[in-house]
Amino acid sequence: MLWNHIPQAWAYGLAGGLMIAAAAALLLLVNGRILGASGILGGVVDGTGAGNLGERLAFLAGLIGLPAAAVAVTGAPAVHASHDLVLMALAGGLVGLGTRMANGCTSGHGVCGMSRFSARSIVATLVYLAAGMVVFFLARHLLGVI
Amino acid sequence: MRALVSALSGALFGLGLLVSGMTDTARVQGWLDVAGHWDPTLAFVLGGAVLPMVLVWRIAARRRLALLGAPIPPMPEQVIDARLIGGSALFGAGWALAGFCPGPALATLGWSGLGGTVFVLAMIGGMLLHQALLRRRAVLAA
Repeated sequence: MLWNHIPQAWAYGLAGGLMIAAAAALLLLVNGRILGASGILGGVVDGTGAGNLGERLAFLAGLIGLPAAAVAVTGAPAVHASHDLVLMALAGGLVGLGTRMANGCTSGHGVCGMSRFSARSIVATLVYLAAGMVVFFLARHLLGVI
Repeated sequence: MRALVSALSGALFGLGLLVSGMTDTARVQGWLDVAGHWDPTLAFVLGGAVLPMVLVWRIAARRRLALLGAPIPPMPEQVIDARLIGGSALFGAGWALAGFCPGPALATLGWSGLGGTVFVLAMIGGMLLHQALLRRRAVLAA
């Protein structure tokens, strides 16, 4: 069986990816909304989503609540979040500012935008992938800060 | 009803992130570590999510309205400018440093510890900074 030769992590990755697609399909076909984590949170934070605040908060409650409940039962898998709080504050700030400037992140541009062949989303995804690889290389292999 | 669907979608999204392994920042950073011990798992996650969504968009294109009556979001105006590219570059830099993008950072908020909480608070701060910069530009332009 081909399946037996696929590393388990890849199979779980594929299964999780399919669940992410199901979540995005549900939100699009039933509610007429695009699943973008930074957009849904950003609209709550800066007030641009005031017209559908309830929907946004419900999405965030599900996104934060269900994994937390699941790991309470199964045991929490490692997140390996850095303990360097200055680094995490800098990284979080860059992610918040950058995703709002670009109007999307991995879910909005990467999953929902690329799959409808939006040129904007394809460019955004290529840029953040490239920037991520370059910055990771600099920070890990050249500077040794992460 | 709309809120219930949103909550279900958010829950399914969170569970998908958890199952996929994308809630582990080390695994995400492994994907970015092309010069080191490269981990291709993220490609399977993205493929598993994007390919079915191509079909979903085809279904959506045949209808003007979603099931609960809202319009299917139109294709955004295809502006490729410094904001899109610069913003994506900043996002990619932050993503690399922490191994978190917005979805997994939120999904793990319940157990990611102080580092994860600081990341989410700073992400909210970055979003507020963006809003402040937009306002300042609007004032200067007026």
